[in-house]
Amino acid sequence: MKTFKMGGVHPEENKISNDAAIEVMPVPQQMVVLMNQHLGAPATPVVQKGDKVKVGQLIGEAQAFMCANVHSPVSGTVVKVDTCKDAFGLTKPAVYINVEGDEWMETIDRTPDIKRECTMEPKEIVAKLKEMGIVGLGGATFPAHIKYSIPEGKKAEYLIINAAECEPYLTSDYRVMMEHAEEVCIGVSILRKALGVPNAYIGIESNKPLAIQKMQETAKQFEGIVIEPLKVKYPQGAEKQLINAVTGRKVPSGKLPIDVGCVVSNLGTSFSVYEAIQKNKPLIENILTVTGKKLPSQHNYVVRIGTTYNDIIKHSIGELPATTGKVISGGTMMGKAVVNLDAPTVKGNSSVLVMDEAEARRNPETACIRCGKCMHACPMGLEPYLFSALVKNNRIEEAKEHNILDCIECGCCFFSCPANKPLTDEIRLGKNKVRAMMAAKK
Amino acid sequence: MTQQILIAVLVLGVIGAFFAVVLYFVAQKFKVVEDPLIDEVAEVLPGANCGGCGKAGCRAFAEACVSQGNLDGLRCAPGGDAVAQKIAQLLGCAVEQGEPQVAVVRCHPANCGEKRRSNYDGLRSCAFQNTVYTGESGCPFGCLGCGDCVAACQFDAIHMDPETGTPVVDEAKCTACGACAKACPRRIIELRNKGKKDRRVYVSCVNKEKGAQAMKTCANACIGCGKCAKVCPMEAITVADNLSYIDYTKCIACRKCVVECPTHAIVDVNFPAPAKKPEAPKPAEAPAAPAAQAPVPEAPKAQPVAAEAQKAQ
Repeated sequence: MKTFKMGGVHPEENKISNDAAIEVMPVPQQMVVLMNQHLGAPATPVVQKGDKVKVGQLIGEAQAFMCANVHSPVSGTVVKVDTCKDAFGLTKPAVYINVEGDEWMETIDRTPDIKRECTMEPKEIVAKLKEMGIVGLGGATFPAHIKYSIPEGKKAEYLIINAAECEPYLTSDYRVMMEHAEEVCIGVSILRKALGVPNAYIGIESNKPLAIQKMQETAKQFEGIVIEPLKVKYPQGAEKQLINAVTGRKVPSGKLPIDVGCVVSNLGTSFSVYEAIQKNKPLIENILTVTGKKLPSQHNYVVRIGTTYNDIIKHSIGELPATTGKVISGGTMMGKAVVNLDAPTVKGNSSVLVMDEAEARRNPETACIRCGKCMHACPMGLEPYLFSALVKNNRIEEAKEHNILDCIECGCCFFSCPANKPLTDEIRLGKNKVRAMMAAKK
Repeated sequence: MTQQILIAVLVLGVIGAFFAVVLYFVAQKFKVVEDPLIDEVAEVLPGANCGGCGKAGCRAFAEACVSQGNLDGLRCAPGGDAVAQKIAQLLGCAVEQGEPQVAVVRCHPANCGEKRRSNYDGLRSCAFQNTVYTGESGCPFGCLGCGDCVAACQFDAIHMDPETGTPVVDEAKCTACGACAKACPRRIIELRNKGKKDRRVYVSCVNKEKGAQAMKTCANACIGCGKCAKVCPMEAITVADNLSYIDYTKCIACRKCVVECPTHAIVDVNFPAPAKKPEAPKPAEAPAAPAAQAPVPEAPKAQPVAAEAQKAQ
């Protein structure tokens, strides 16, 4: 079975919400929609106080290059255009909407029929992705229209869909495969057409045999979709690791996947691409796992983007267990702890993971014993222990020479460290320092 | 036997003489001409290599002084005026007397420590924590409490107060080199003039959020109401971005603003404790006479002043 060559770890999978079918989360009374839900500049609000909006109406327009449109996930009246604190307490521009009914834009096809045929030209597809505000749902929320506009002189040969879901606990992609396999395959075909590549590869880790089987059966009806079962190893879903696992190619230091002829998208993205192109539905919903070992029940939800963490917790489990240590948005490896539970969810959120106090606590740090486990675990072939020392002593130039910027912050080094050194934190600090140094030199 | 010794001495002597000649010529050829003045200036400097002057170290500062020939724009903060005088003597130039400064931490210590909204268990580094989230207090502008400033200080002049979790400057030791101000990722620490009798008035907050929001995170936040600016007789206070700032070059420490501030964000340090109730703050200098009855009479330096908080931009 295929997998990437270098490094990697295998954390406890904990896919305890695997069998929870996707439920629909009710729409809350008040909605706060952040304008900054993607990588890049925030969208510019195009509504004012008092405006009536419908579900799917454009409320934030992408004016910068690296930006994506934001649509209203609810219908109602705009209360104010102001700022709001996001999940990490940082202030972001936002639009506040009072929810009234659930009136959708007439252009959106809400029928359950599956539409297979897509007559659009590649350019039209990319334009539509931009219009519908589609961003990558793997975590980085990179605007899709930029990814699928291949720069001149470069040629895409492979389209790779990441359905590895290598992060522990997350099951939203798995549920999408089980329940919407056909839509996903149509979405992948559309992306394949947009790129003009002969084959699309969907990489699925072998701990999801039912999904592999289901996708293989569905993919038979489509031309040029290959299902690639992959060995279970974290971080299989990282762009460069997935390329290596599926094609055997290696993205050189400082280069992008397109430099080796690859484009990688998340499975969730291909589902939202299907909805955007075939159903005219903008990206206004997330599929989100609510999970945790100590929770009374496990769930997978389709949630309107902008529903707050508190709303989700209240609806799914009532209230947090008394022993809760952390609420994490994302998986245990790369997810971030949520500080402000009143914050709205944003595009790309894949889970609300509730961790017990004992489970969430970091173990006390001890001295490095030079065992080299972090080097063996690093999927990028870097030397985390070295960066730790260099960053501590402010030897930033040297850290740069040792390719600190290649780090994908997957957390394997910290995970594998027997001394519990916060290596990933140190490297992230080092990367910031290197970037600041490079900016100062310019 | 004697012959053998003689041969050995001769051979070694000849080799020694040969290399002495070679070394002499090499030394002549590769001689680095260096102004002996640099050494003399370097000798005068404190030698802490704190980097407060903006140069790589004390030697680099000495080189800069000598090559420039005067002290314009060059100042060794730890050395202060005494060192400046000595260097000026060596260089034979005039020196401007600088106002002595001190580092001031502009975040209200009274309010940190309570009301932690979260617990941070990541890397103990303010620079890193600043990139992750707002910090434990929930204030996006406030002190993060990991002590980057403490680590940066070469003079052991700044320490974390374990109770409040914010740094406290030891005024007696602080040389105003500015290393802590540079290390603070939120620019909370500022160098301000020490002021007469070490008495200073400053806004102990750098929060630029709108008033209502700032109040939610911290009861002592500056809400940008502008009352202080109205009451200031010297027009030393400016309010920008919902934040007030006192220009220490104009401030006469009359403390009118301290009384006026509704959130007590403006603090005064080293003033005598109010005996009864400070009678209407006097317009000019802090009352000179009452200082004698103050609990901090002479040599107030020995007593670390309560935390200093101050602002930067």
